[in-house]
Amino acid sequence: MASFTDFVSRHWREMLTLTGEHFLLVLAAISVAVAVGLPTGILLTRRPALKRSVLGVANILQTIPSLALFGFLIPLPLIGGIGERTAIVALVLYALLPIVRNTVTGIEGVDRHVREAALAMGMTDGQILRQVELPLAMNVILAGVRVAAVICVGVATIAAAIGAGGLGVYIFRGLRMYDNTLILAGAVPAALMALVADYGIGRLESRLGATARSSSKANKPRKRVLLTRIAWSIAGLLCVILGLVYFAAERRLFQGENKSRLVVGSKDFTEQVVLGELLAQTAEAAGFEVERQFELGGNLCHDALVAGRIDLYPEYTGTAFTAILRHVPISNAEQVYETVKKEYADKFAVEVSDPLGFSNDFAILVRGADARGLNLKTVSEAASYAPGWRAGFGQDFMSRADGYAGFTKAYNLSFNRHPLEMDLSLTYRALAAGEVDVIAGNSTDGLISALDLYQLEDDRRYFPPYQAVVLTRRDALLSKPLLREALAKLSGSISTEDMRRLNYEADAKKRDIKEVVREWLLKRES
Amino acid sequence: MAARNDETVVEFRRVTYHPTNAPQPIVADLNFTVRRGETLVLLGESGCGKTTTLRLINRMLTPTSGDVVVSGKPTGEWDPIQLRRSTGYVIQEAGLFPHFTVERNVALVPRLEHWEDKRSLSRAHEMLSLVGLEPGIFATRYPHELSGGQRQRVGVARALAADPPILLLDEPFGALDPLTRAALQKQFVNLCRQIGKTSVFITHDIREALLVATRIGLMRAGRLLLIETPSEFLQSTDAYARAYRDTLGLDTLGLDTLGLDVLRRAPA
Repeated sequence: MASFTDFVSRHWREMLTLTGEHFLLVLAAISVAVAVGLPTGILLTRRPALKRSVLGVANILQTIPSLALFGFLIPLPLIGGIGERTAIVALVLYALLPIVRNTVTGIEGVDRHVREAALAMGMTDGQILRQVELPLAMNVILAGVRVAAVICVGVATIAAAIGAGGLGVYIFRGLRMYDNTLILAGAVPAALMALVADYGIGRLESRLGATARSSSKANKPRKRVLLTRIAWSIAGLLCVILGLVYFAAERRLFQGENKSRLVVGSKDFTEQVVLGELLAQTAEAAGFEVERQFELGGNLCHDALVAGRIDLYPEYTGTAFTAILRHVPISNAEQVYETVKKEYADKFAVEVSDPLGFSNDFAILVRGADARGLNLKTVSEAASYAPGWRAGFGQDFMSRADGYAGFTKAYNLSFNRHPLEMDLSLTYRALAAGEVDVIAGNSTDGLISALDLYQLEDDRRYFPPYQAVVLTRRDALLSKPLLREALAKLSGSISTEDMRRLNYEADAKKRDIKEVVREWLLKRES
Repeated sequence: MAARNDETVVEFRRVTYHPTNAPQPIVADLNFTVRRGETLVLLGESGCGKTTTLRLINRMLTPTSGDVVVSGKPTGEWDPIQLRRSTGYVIQEAGLFPHFTVERNVALVPRLEHWEDKRSLSRAHEMLSLVGLEPGIFATRYPHELSGGQRQRVGVARALAADPPILLLDEPFGALDPLTRAALQKQFVNLCRQIGKTSVFITHDIREALLVATRIGLMRAGRLLLIETPSEFLQSTDAYARAYRDTLGLDTLGLDTLGLDVLRRAPA
């Protein structure tokens, strides 16, 4: 808890910004959902034949897992892509059901006799709606808005996965770095926001309910004025928000035309963010205006690149080869690189850059002291010590086809004790602390240098190569010759040791990534 | 021929209402007229088509065949909104708007007709006085703050506010306790005499029918069996009319036509 308050006191500005982003996402989504859902609900009470199908569709939308929904939306034109617009679209889809349903329920719940009297008094349908049904249904409708708002505050945390910002940025970062403080820094304000929305709209609800059936005589005219005023301010706010959303969308479209503008993406782990930042700063140095769409989850980077939502992002040849192109893993680095380069050009109109210099492979690690003491350089040399060693491997390594099973077979390894299966991030410290003697980590992890670990050479070339490259849309390269030039400078420029140091600065020392990258670029220049 | 009579306000000409999803007509072959200033009571059991008949008059429903002629024009040719605003309507649960004050409820139709606010309000207060509710006390209350009888009076006041030539009442006093009901019935009779309104009044209570009617129309299974004055009705030879009359227990008390006067003069 102390670390949490400490974090808040140091990062309150950023927390406020993210909270603000989060709030605006929810506000925009709810405004659009009300603007769409209320008329839809009203229409359904007028055309009951549509009710089943429309509510059915809304129901189905509600059941789509949020990350999947974001994934579906990315390739769509206009409403899709990455960033706030897509997030708002997804949130609107989630918010629609409670609003539409409660509008229908609220209006249908108006006393039959009241409606009959209204009709018999000669009120038109519009007059019945505005003067009778909506005022009497208002608290039920608001209850729907309340539910929608609470849902949206929750779902909006996932919007960080597609670069829409908000408090999810902290939560995702915290999950990745096993940092509970960060998770709390995202979750606590989000929970508070949900509670405040619930309470605030709940207050409004009971207030309107009280106006509809008020008992204190003195307040009546004032309350009616208040009701009207609230209705008008909601309508006004709605217009402003819609205007802003439209303006933002316009601007984005307009910027898309801009020749000197680039969108750089990255996946959602530290090394990728560092590389993304490196690409962004390199492009900026070449005179481009850069929009950063970092920390995209899963294969979103690939989807976004192919859909033209981002222009470039860092990738690993092995990942492209197996996860995207779906080839069976092979160990020849050159062959993997050439295949990826050719197939990306043919299939996706994407250019694969020269290798950046380092690979993020599986790394068989031992303590530096052991390597020196036993004079070990390669995995083959270590095989004879293996029976007496305790191994600690991540779940991923234990379960993959190209992981533990194949590895032990390739080197004819046998451990007397079954390997300890543990979380990957914990294996480094377990090794350094002497609890295990050999682990399979990532070759660029900053902890390797920091904890004085030694990477044994994969002398039988068992592990598939994961060379770092930059993937760029061909369109972007063709329309921006300067970009090709700038990227060419990066070729072969980052050694494994460089990458480890950068990761260590960002991950273990938790330094600002922009700053770390800026320093590294400066040092390289000089 | 009745249309030539100036005194005819509403006329049913061979009116049948048979919605497509119903096995048989709700009302069939209705022929009758309502004359200016009279109170026609439609008497019958629940489900006999009384309410449907009433709703055909203000075009809440339109006949499947035949014509309902109101003020010389078939309802099909009326603008339904205009027709309803010139037809007062009172229903059992009053149907007051819970979010409107009493005076706003009563002033509803005048406002819809774009009367000036001041005129609408003074009219509403006038109507409240007419139905025996002191405007100073009741005007700014909400419906839920009133008793059932008071709400029903407000319902009547609302129906009368725009001075419609016709008043339709669908069991207006049905949900009230016997004492309140008797008081309201008595007041309604006086009101009708006072303002000379043409009304169609629905009830299943023979006592109420005898009290308020100038003529009684007896309905059964969607058909109009007979239309008679209350004294004719008490002496009717129709078996169904006799069954209704017998429920009064007048025979055992040795009363007959005389009973009507007794009933009407009884203090409320």
